[in-house]
Parts: sequence; C-alpha cells; structure tokens
Amino acid sequence: MNALRLCRSTLLSAVLLGLAAPALAARDLATLMHDLAQHKGGRVRFVEKKYIALLDKPLVSSGEMTYTAPDRLEKRTLQPKPEVLVLDRDTLTLERGKQKFVLRLADQPEAQVFVDSIRGTLAGNRALLERSYALHLSGTRERWSLSLLPSDQRIAALVSRITVGGTRHQVDSIEYLQADGDRAVMTITPIEAQ
Amino acid sequence: MNAARRAIAVWLLALAAGLVVIARADYTADMSAFLPKNPSPQQQLLVDQLKAGVLSRMLLIGIEGGDAPARAALSRALAERMRAGGDFSAVRNGEAGAHARDRELLFANRYLLSPAVTPERFAVAGLAQAIGDSIDLLASPAGLMLKRLLPQDPTGELMELVGALDGGSGSPPSLHGAWASRDGQRAILMAQVRASGADLDAQEAALARIRTDFAALAAQAGVADARVLLSGSPVFATSSRDTIRSEVTRLSILGTLGVVCLLLLVYRSFTALALGLLPVACGVVAGIAAVSLGFGTVHGITIGFGTTLIGEAIDYSIYYFVQSQRARDGGDSDAGSWMQRFWPTIRLGVTTSICGFAALLFSGFPGLAQLGLYSIAGLVAAAAFTRFVLPQLCPEDFRIRDITGIGERLAGGVARLAALRWIVPVLALAAAATVFAHRDTLWNPGLGGLSPIPADAQQLDQSLRAELGAPDLRYLVVANAGSREASLAAAERIGRELQPLVERGVIAGFDSPTRFLPSAATQRARQQALPAPDELARRLPAALRELPLRADKLQPFLDDVARARTQPLLTPEAFAGSTLALAVDALLLPGSAGWSALLPLRAPQGADGRLLPIDPAAVRQALAAAGQPEALFVDLLGESNRLYATYLDEAILLSLAGFAAIVLLLALALRSPARLARVLLPLVTAVLLVVAGLALAGEKMTLLHLVGLLLAVAVGSNYALFFDRSGSAGDRAGTPQTLASLALANCTTMIGFGVLAFSQVPVLRAIGVTVGPGAVLALLLAAILAGQRERRA
Repeated sequence: MNALRLCRSTLLSAVLLGLAAPALAARDLATLMHDLAQHKGGRVRFVEKKYIALLDKPLVSSGEMTYTAPDRLEKRTLQPKPEVLVLDRDTLTLERGKQKFVLRLADQPEAQVFVDSIRGTLAGNRALLERSYALHLSGTRERWSLSLLPSDQRIAALVSRITVGGTRHQVDSIEYLQADGDRAVMTITPIEAQ
Repeated sequence: MNAARRAIAVWLLALAAGLVVIARADYTADMSAFLPKNPSPQQQLLVDQLKAGVLSRMLLIGIEGGDAPARAALSRALAERMRAGGDFSAVRNGEAGAHARDRELLFANRYLLSPAVTPERFAVAGLAQAIGDSIDLLASPAGLMLKRLLPQDPTGELMELVGALDGGSGSPPSLHGAWASRDGQRAILMAQVRASGADLDAQEAALARIRTDFAALAAQAGVADARVLLSGSPVFATSSRDTIRSEVTRLSILGTLGVVCLLLLVYRSFTALALGLLPVACGVVAGIAAVSLGFGTVHGITIGFGTTLIGEAIDYSIYYFVQSQRARDGGDSDAGSWMQRFWPTIRLGVTTSICGFAALLFSGFPGLAQLGLYSIAGLVAAAAFTRFVLPQLCPEDFRIRDITGIGERLAGGVARLAALRWIVPVLALAAAATVFAHRDTLWNPGLGGLSPIPADAQQLDQSLRAELGAPDLRYLVVANAGSREASLAAAERIGRELQPLVERGVIAGFDSPTRFLPSAATQRARQQALPAPDELARRLPAALRELPLRADKLQPFLDDVARARTQPLLTPEAFAGSTLALAVDALLLPGSAGWSALLPLRAPQGADGRLLPIDPAAVRQALAAAGQPEALFVDLLGESNRLYATYLDEAILLSLAGFAAIVLLLALALRSPARLARVLLPLVTAVLLVVAGLALAGEKMTLLHLVGLLLAVAVGSNYALFFDRSGSAGDRAGTPQTLASLALANCTTMIGFGVLAFSQVPVLRAIGVTVGPGAVLALLLAAILAGQRERRA
C-alpha cells in the first residue's frame, strides 16, 4: 500500500514540469526580479503543447491558471480532460476524475527544486532561483527571455532548460526542454491584469 | 504422639508432592492472562491480534543524536543489517532503493494485479479507450513518468494499481534519503518482526540484535551521542515481561526481608522465625501447585502474590505463638487451650478470606482466577499447617520473647483511641460523600489501566506512531476460511461489496490482502483475459486508428502481455523482502483453524476533519451480500472497551458476591446483628476511606483495585473478629497479647502489601495501594470501636 504511495509520489514530482505562471516585464535581472516581487496575483488562460517523440502529433491541453502571492498556484486544465492542480505552500494536490493525489514537497527534494523554480519566478526570489539554477536573461525590454539551467544533477536528468519569455510587463510563454529531447511549450494570455 | 507423627508425615508427603508439581509447572508472563477466557469471535480476534497479530509484530524505531545526514546514514545502515539478518519480515525507512524493488514487482506483475484486466479491455474498443486515456494523461503534469512506460504499458495498468489506492499521504518526509520526523530531529523506521507476538523470546532476541547492531554502527560512524529508540508491541511485551519478572523478584525479596526483620525484632529467635515462616512457605507451595494443576500454566503475577500471601498467612503463626504462649503462661500446659480459644476465630477469619478469594475463581480473566485459586489453596494450607503441624514442630521449651509489654502499651493506646470513636461514622460518611462525588471518574475506562507500560514509553510510542503514519487498524473485516486460497477468494468477494460503500461514503476506503495477492482463480482469470500475441497484434492497429500513436512503437507491450499470459502465478514468496510482503503478511494470517484475511476499513471524515464512526449495519449488509455472513466486522477499540466494561461489571459483581458471602458467614458465626455490625463497620469504613483516598489522589481504579479491596476486607475481618471475640467474651486478660499479635500481624500485612504499592506494574501497584492502607485502617478502626466497648464493659 505504501509502496504505491511512493509510485504516486514519483508521478507527482513529474507533475511539476507542467507548472508555469504569469510574470511582469523587466529590463535586467534585478529589475525583472523586483517587478516580479511586486506582483500579487492574477488569472491567465494557457495553452500547452507537448511535443513527444513517441507520438505522431503534439498533445494540446488548455485551461486557466490563478496565482495568489506568495505561495498559492492553481492550474485548472479544461481540455482534453478536466484536471485541477493546486500548489499551496508545501502541499501539491492533483485532482483528476475521481482520483486525488496529495504530495508533500518535503518528501521529494526533486519536486522541491521544481517548485522553487516556479515560486522563485513568481515571487521574484532571485536567491531561491540561483540556489538550483543558473539564470540567463536575454533580449530587450520589449521581448525578453529568461533561461533557467538546472545546476542540480537530479533535476538536470529530467529537464535540461526552462525558458520563460515575455514582452514588457507580461510573461507569455514558458518552455520546458526535457532531457530526452521532448519539450512542452505553454503560451499564456492574461484574463485580468493587476 | 502417634497423631503428631501422622500429621508431620502427611505434611511432608504433601510438601514433596507440591514441590514435584511446581518443578514440572509451566510459567508465563504473558499479559493476555488478563484477557478473556471465553471470548466472542470478535473478542477472540482482538486477543489474537494482541497476542500474535500484525500489531504484536510491528516495531517502530527512532534514531536520535548526531546531525541529520548522520542519522539518515545510520538509518540506512541499520535497515540494511536488519534486512540481511532475517529477524524481520520487512523493514522500511524511506530508502529509494527499497521502493524501486516494490515498483519493479508491481510493474512486472501488473497484468495479474490490475483489477481492470478483463477480456473487454483487451478487445479493440477497450484498447482504444484505455490507450486513449493514457495518451490524455500524458498531457497532464502527471505524464512524465508515464511517457517512459507508455510503450510497455499503454493501457495504463500501473495507473490502475496506483488509482486503486486512497489519496491519503501517510508516508513520513524523507531527509537525506531516509524517513525523518517532521521536525527533522529523528530518523524513523518501521519494521515487522518475523517472530509472532506469542514468541517473546524470539522477539526479545530480535530487539537485542537491533540494539547491538546499532551500537556497533554508531561507533563505526563515530556518532557518539547516537541512540536508538524502540517502540511497538514487541518492545512492550518483552519489557513488561522483564518488568514483571524483576519486580516480582525485587518486591518479594523486599517484602520478605521486611517481614523477617520485623519478626526477628519481635521474636528475637531464629527458631521462632523459621517456624513462623513455615506456614507461608507451605502456602506458597500449595498455591503454585494448585494453580499449575488447575490451569496448566502459572502466571508470573500469580507467583508475585507470594508476597501478598506472606501478608496474611504469617498472621496465623503470629496468632499461634503470641496467644498460645499467653495460654500457657496462664497455666494451660498444652496447646489444646489455644485450640479451643483462638482457633475458631482464626478458622472464621480463614473462611471469610476464602469467601473473598472464591469470588475471583469465577472471574473470566484467567489471571484473576489464578490469583483466587492460589490464595485459597495457600491460605488453606497455611492455616491447616498452623493448626495441625506447627504445634507438633514447636520444641517443648519453645518460647518467644514476651511481648505483653507491647500489648499493654497498645491497650492503653486503644483505650485512649476510644475517645475518638465518634470519628468512625464521621469518616465513613465523609468518605462515602467523596466517593459519591467522584462516582463518574472512579473507574479507569479502558484496558490501558492494566497495561504495565510506563507513561513515557507510551508517549514515545504515540509520537513515533504519529510520525510514521502507522496504521491503527481500528475497524477490520475478517474473512476466515480453511485455506489461504479460500480466504483470499472470500476477501475478493467482500471487497467487491465494500466498493459501493466507499462510493456512498459509508467508509473512506479499505485495504485487502488481495490487492497485492489476488486469489489464484482471479489471477488465472486475468491471464485468460489477455489475448494471444498474434491476436493482440491484429487488434492494435484498429484500436490505434484514431490515436497519435503507431502500433510499431508498442512491441514492448506485445512482449509483456505474451509473457504475462504464461508467467507463474503470484505467491507470497514472490514478494519476499519487499514492502508488499509487509502488506500481505499484515493482512493474511494463518490461524489455528485455517486462514484469516483482514480488510482494514478506513473511517469517513466529517466536515470538521474528524473521523466518523463506521455504520456497522451497512458493513454487515455488504458481508451478507458477498455471501460471507460469517465474516466478522470488528471495531477493535470499541471491542476492547466493551470487553473491559464486561469484565469490570463482572468483577464488581463478583466482589459484591464475595463481600456478601463474607457478611453471611460472619452473620452465621456471630449470631448477633449487633456484633455483625461491629465487625463490619470498621471494614466498610476502611474500604470507603481507601476508595475516597484514591479518588482524591486522582488514581482511577481498575479491576485489580477491586480485588485489592476484597483482600483488605478479607484480611481486615480477622482483626475485627479478634476484637469482637475479646470484647464480647469478656476476655479482657487476653487483650494485651491479642492486641500485640494483631499489631504484629498488621505490620507484616502492611509490609507485604505495602511494597507492592511501589511497583511499576499497575496490577501489583493496584493491590498494594488498596490492601496496605485498607488493612491498617481496618485494624485502627476496629481498635477504636473495641476500645469503646471495653470502657463500657
């Protein structure tokens, strides 16, 4: 019984790969982080495309996300199957159909690092991000792109790069490049501005 | 003289026979002697669980000291040794490697284990549906691991296995690769001892090996302050056995020493001491032999009552020495006068005591019944020895130191105490009022009060249990059958009927051994549901027509299904050493009559997050629907409380019956309501005072307190009878000696029982705190009331 609970935990640590969130524009890393830190929350629409070598065409899912600073994120997938993922402080909950999975982040150091990448970005916590990732900001204020390169081997074995892109005040895409070459691209449109 | 020789010969023969019986007796310290003898099936299950079930084998381990990485390293090293050692059927500490094996086992056997495997699922439409669902799941954040498994498991059987589990996350957090407490200050492990709870020696050996292994590992790792904390039933059972053994030894020695010193001080003669202790020795031999013959085994606690017997049986020799001496000094040259004057009183005292103890004989607790038989046999033997053998053994010129002086001083004291006679009814009323005011909190409501486990050990257990999320197995459905297969099949049928209850919210969920070990019939049915390789290869392209996945990517799936069709069926042996073995072992138990499959039910949660009780009618209905009406639904907590309540009621009833018998006997012997009242008043007042004292001290009474009170009445009645006799017979000359013998007897009683009050074993302590004060109070109160009559006379 507990063995399966562990399988489930492993599944859930993978869950975090799909997480992303809105952010504000920035001129340089420090300013970007400062601007992100001012962000208190908001609601966005997302479309996520997963390019998987095994499959003939990309998988598309879409829905809404809500971020409430500093540590609550709700990702509500509507298509193709309804699913709700909630990250609240140290608990990650995934509801899909009748099934509900709960993961405590303290159980899974890898998951913790993923969550840090999302939390760090959303909250503009540069120190938290730099603990596990090397940060690279490129582009202009109109069109910026922030890359997170995992420094932790366990993470690097799963994800080789996370790229957050935005225009001025707005994050509009997040791309996860997985270690096996598959990738997931999420595009984001705000529903309400702060 | 012929009669004397005959008496001694009979005594020696009886003694020899008793010693032979004792030498061949079986001894036990198993606390289950204080569990019921003729239980209902539910109670039997509880008893079995306590004695040998999962609970009796679950070990909780904590590691403290050093820093977190050091603790985690010690946890891993200790777990490795424990797994290698063979004393444990499972060891869990959150190591990734250990779970990898579980995962591999589940994955390799997924087609035998998954309840979703049916012929329909492997037809074209079913395959299309199942594979489509799996691909949808890839879009979910949960997809990462599934992606890797998709070529092998496109129908998502592993997800089915995962989905069959409930969502509660009970595993402790991991720190540096091993489970840790929430505050991170303790590494924690959970293990299952291989030896049954009934095999305490093996459990003790396993525990000792953990301790030595840990000490060696800690020294090796250089963690000087590292310590290992062990808890769980194996620890409790072995440590309470040790405690009982050492306490019984220590207290018996202490009590005996105290009595010996007192007697030496008074008698100033080793001959007198030896003769005085002989009735006790005979009583102990007779008691143990009787219990061994009557019950087959002798409980350690019963023997522990040797000390308590000293308290009463030594009184007889004291009465004999002190009072026969007076008789002789008074001019009667032989002991015959003692026989006439004092023996009837002693005989009445012995009879009342026997009435008290006889009540215990009928108790449903084998432990209490043993105590009853032990005490009766012991007292009869001691009294008979004092009456028939002791006078023959005493040398012609045998004398003890004259204690008339002490007696006279005591008599003066008693006379002065008479001024306080008004205090007796006042005390009785005050005590009765106190008892009445505390009537709701007098009794300890659970079996816990009898548990010999110290409070700090219970606290450690609770904290480890909470940290480990260890199951408390409160609600169980039990399916019994003649064979393992039959019990598994029954569990499967019950599981099918329990599922609707989960959906209706009657129960939050349930576990079953068949989750990891389906019956052979079910496993075979699943194998037969899988299509042949050619057939599956033909169906796949059709099933995948609408899906973004090509059949040539699924060759691993075809291979795995082909293998699953012919793979050997799962047996418990297949799981050996994995966590799954723990689950199966815990839920599938061999019993005396076949096998029991346990299905623990989880209680639903209320809106406020608290657990609600499970509706037994709904569960029983499901059992009937499953064609298993004889399967049991047990609420272990409720059952143990009910069990205790039954026995408490029984003990109260038996104690009252014992008391009534004593009253009746006294009434017949004394033939005077006034005298009866004079004998009973101090006894009843003493009992009330003791109960009131316990209530005021906040000590909750258990069955054993009740037994203690009965003992106090039995012992105290002797004093009251002597006072009554010396008072009513106008036997005033006898008073100082009688008083002295009573005081001496009372002191020995106080020592014998008093030491028990300091025991850590609640059973012994309960007797100590009731009989010690009870006997003293009975003597004091009887003396006060006697003094009153004396002045009037």
